[in-house]
Amino acid sequence: MTDAMPPVPGLSMPVLSVSGLHAGYGGKPVLQGVDLAIRPGEIVAVIGRNGVGKTTLMRALIGLLPAMQGEIRLSGNPLDTLPVHRRARAGIGYVPQGRDVFGRLSVEENLRVAESLCVGRRPDLQRAYDTFPILHERRRQRAGTLSGGQQQMLAIARVLIGQPSLLLLDEPSEGIQPSIVQDISRIMVALNRKTGIPIMLVEQNLDMIRAMAQRCAVMDKGRITADLSAQDLQDRSIMRRHLAV
Amino acid sequence: MASLLNLLYQCGDSFAFLVLSALGLAVIFGMMGVINLAHGEFIMCGAMVTVSVARLGLPLPVAIACGALVAGVIGIVLERLVIRHLYGRPLDSIVATWGISLIATQGTLILVGSSLPGVGTPFTSVSLGGNSYPVYRLLLIAVAVALLGALYLLFNVTRYGTVARATIALPHMAEALGVDTGRVYSLTFGLGAALAGLTGGLYAPTMTIVPTMGGTFLMEAFATVVIGGTDVFIGTAPAAAVLGVVKALATSWEGQLIGQVALLVAVIAMVRVLPRGVSGWLLQERG
Ligand SMILES: Nc1ncnc2c1ncn2[C@@H]1O[C@H](COP(=O)(O)OP(=O)(O)OP(=O)(O)O)[C@@H](O)[C@H]1O
Ligand SMILES: [Mg+2]
Repeated sequence: MTDAMPPVPGLSMPVLSVSGLHAGYGGKPVLQGVDLAIRPGEIVAVIGRNGVGKTTLMRALIGLLPAMQGEIRLSGNPLDTLPVHRRARAGIGYVPQGRDVFGRLSVEENLRVAESLCVGRRPDLQRAYDTFPILHERRRQRAGTLSGGQQQMLAIARVLIGQPSLLLLDEPSEGIQPSIVQDISRIMVALNRKTGIPIMLVEQNLDMIRAMAQRCAVMDKGRITADLSAQDLQDRSIMRRHLAV
Repeated sequence: MASLLNLLYQCGDSFAFLVLSALGLAVIFGMMGVINLAHGEFIMCGAMVTVSVARLGLPLPVAIACGALVAGVIGIVLERLVIRHLYGRPLDSIVATWGISLIATQGTLILVGSSLPGVGTPFTSVSLGGNSYPVYRLLLIAVAVALLGALYLLFNVTRYGTVARATIALPHMAEALGVDTGRVYSLTFGLGAALAGLTGGLYAPTMTIVPTMGGTFLMEAFATVVIGGTDVFIGTAPAAAVLGVVKALATSWEGQLIGQVALLVAVIAMVRVLPRGVSGWLLQERG
């Protein structure tokens, strides 16, 4: 990597760098030494079998699961000792698997909760609404009554309130109809091009991966075992091998 | 006519007592899942502070506010020191709050003595239809209703309320959205304790101030919360209304003791019909 070069902030320094990360449940590590770097402006897909630990990795990054060993840095600053809400405020925008919208709160109230991300800065709901106009139409509606796709948009819009420096999306296509998956992919790519926000995308949906990612990290046995290029992503046999196993 | 008016007053009076007894307990249980057995001692604390401040010559409303404030601050401190470490362990938190309750009662007995001189009930009585009604108790009915309204606004309109409801629903997600959930829990426990202190202050002029006085409120409070379920608004108020009518009817029919017995019977009957409380049933109906 760029360790030997003088650090040029925002250029050579990865936004997220993970090294030797171990984490798991009940003393049993699921992650056994994850190394991963995400550079400015990148969209990186993370794939792997069901139960391999992709969600576990995301939860360890945001801090919902303590790391047993290893290091997590965001733009060079260590995150390991920060509690979840401080990591979120530091710029990690976590959109969990299953979306986790507050079902009994209105769409707008869901966004208002995320105003906690803005410290010393005016929260800007309008930006979230500009990204997902449907949410503005539905802003008084209970989030629990939205369709799966709209809930996914809300879950993404919520973290955008904090203007995060990195987006973590955990299976955003799960249980959502294909046309909406395409819409969301398109919106996320446009956002990435416009603002340069890097995205770490955990996905099983090959169409979404192809539509969004520039490279793809493969997870197996608690580690990142391969790094696939954009060309590999177009190669059916390579992708099938890594996704299906 | 006069007896109908009388019954109406009894219902209102019981309703106010049930609501005011239960609110603090209901907020802490509903929002945090903690069954606070020291609830009665927060009420006692509010009453003690209220009479002490009032005897310094300050006006009663100021004294009552002090009672609520002191109880609230003690609540926040206890949350930090004890309760915080017991989230997700309901049985342990019951034992811990019971311990706090015993220590508070005995400690107060040692420090303050077996009773404090009270303050007189303010205002006199109004007579209506041949009966006279104490103005202060009528005022308490209005305060109970106003407090329900204020709490509704607090939880549904303010930023604290939105964040608190989100935290209760999905604590991990709230944290991931930058919410300092520890602070939310702390404030919420403090709010529940302050409400208990307020109740103690409000009833202080009407009763003897002894270290065990919290017990007077505890049964009513638990009856209301058990019947009401976890949702403070759609649970506590209807539960207090139903139990208030039951208690008032039974009391006016056979006196205080039968009133208490009827309350208990009503609770047992309703728990059999609505095991998850009024609010659990309403939420289920609404889907
Ligand atoms: N709360 C938990 N307690 C104990 N074990 C867990 C828990 N959550 C997940 N696991 C285990 O950890 C392993 C990794 O799970 P994880 O959810 O990270 O997988 P995943 O790669 O996200 O899978 P999926 O593709 O199904 O979302 C699995 O073996 C799972 O059984
Ligand atoms: Mg997963």
